[in-house]
Amino acid sequence: MNVVEARGLGKRYGSTWALRDCSLAIPAGHVVALVGPNGAGKSTLLNLVVGLAAPSAGIVTVLGGRPAGSPAALDNIAFVAQDTPLYGNLSAADMLHLTRNLNRRFDQPYAQARLTELGIPPRRRAGKLSGGQQAQLALTLALARRPRLLVLDEPVAMLDPVARHDFMATVLSAAAEDGVSVLLSSHVLAELERVADHLILLSRGRVQVAGDVDDLLARHRVLTGPTAEADRYAQGPVVHLRRGGAQAHLLVRAGADDPVPPGWEAHPVGLEELALAYLREPDAGALPGPGRSGNTVLTEVAK
Amino acid sequence: MGIGKRVSRKADEVGKTAPAEPAPAGSPIAFRLDAASGVPTYLQLVHQVQHALRLGYLKPGDQLPKVREVVAALAINPNTVLKAYKDLEAKGLAAGRPGQGTFVRATLSQVALPELTALHRSLSGWLNAADEAGLDEDGIVALFSNALRDFYERRGGTRTRRGAASGETEDVA
Repeated sequence: MNVVEARGLGKRYGSTWALRDCSLAIPAGHVVALVGPNGAGKSTLLNLVVGLAAPSAGIVTVLGGRPAGSPAALDNIAFVAQDTPLYGNLSAADMLHLTRNLNRRFDQPYAQARLTELGIPPRRRAGKLSGGQQAQLALTLALARRPRLLVLDEPVAMLDPVARHDFMATVLSAAAEDGVSVLLSSHVLAELERVADHLILLSRGRVQVAGDVDDLLARHRVLTGPTAEADRYAQGPVVHLRRGGAQAHLLVRAGADDPVPPGWEAHPVGLEELALAYLREPDAGALPGPGRSGNTVLTEVAK
Repeated sequence: MGIGKRVSRKADEVGKTAPAEPAPAGSPIAFRLDAASGVPTYLQLVHQVQHALRLGYLKPGDQLPKVREVVAALAINPNTVLKAYKDLEAKGLAAGRPGQGTFVRATLSQVALPELTALHRSLSGWLNAADEAGLDEDGIVALFSNALRDFYERRGGTRTRRGAASGETEDVA
């Protein structure tokens, strides 16, 4: 089953396309990272998936073909928007009470146990909680709805390292224990390596890279060798080239079994390095299936 | 020396039937992560289990940390832990028991001492040659790591670690 499926999906605000020609299939049971520069269309895509925005073009379905935003979809999706929205004047207990009454399904014992575990005083106003506690409270409300898909928009951007770690531990525990699929957008590339097993990279409103992380990493390598020879190999499927006076690094689309040119060293590539390379080369693409995977060669001269 | 050996063997036997110390609940080991190492997360977990097996922290029958415990402690993707455990199962070092968890199945058989001594001797010979050629310690380490990486990369998927390591050392000598 696919938790998200989009075909030709687009969203236009006025005359600007925030998202365009987006076709995706995200299988269930994954933690999916949505990455891209500011303005790439990440929040737009997430809003379309949870049904907070209606598409201008194409279609998007969730959880095995249910139209996004339909009651059947909403019951099984939980969304924590940017800046963890809470009613600051309500106490944590009141927030629980409110959420329970606004939803058809709400696991009150779970929510209360989580608040106790987190040491969140139920009578304290949400606005007076620490940033980490506010994020955890919003996450608890989302998970107590027992969703099958959890969508998070920049969930950890404002948190300190410990709060970030604890927040992600809660998210991933839900994935491990209850099989919740997770779709989250983030700028913290270094952290995604541990967290995500599926990557979607958006750039200028289009999907640039999409796929299983292990798969993507297995299909890319960094070749390091003499700059003088770099151009000779830059004819192949090079994503990104960094050139020094004597030594050059090529991020290429090649597997572990592909031959390495004599005098060159091949290194496996990490998720952060891979994502950065594609972010720097918005015209290169790595998508499943035929077409759209341009082998554009662009160079960046190291100074 | 002889006495020490006998004592340790005895301790092992005792450990299997009636543990002398109170065994802590759960797994004898806990994982940690080194984000700066550049080693993929699942491999770090595999290496830590292998290391613990070599050093005797883990014995056959011991339970590996439960997936949800590792996920909660390290904030990592559950599939990463599953992948590490699958890898250990493929290596014959661990086995999953449905509904219970993953348990250590075998210990890491060590290379016999005479073999190790011979390997050490041939490596020393190579180190002498490298030293005479003017390589300093860092240069030697760089060259060795480079050759080792090349070697494993050439082998690709079929990584029979132990055979590979001894073959490499003999080649170099």
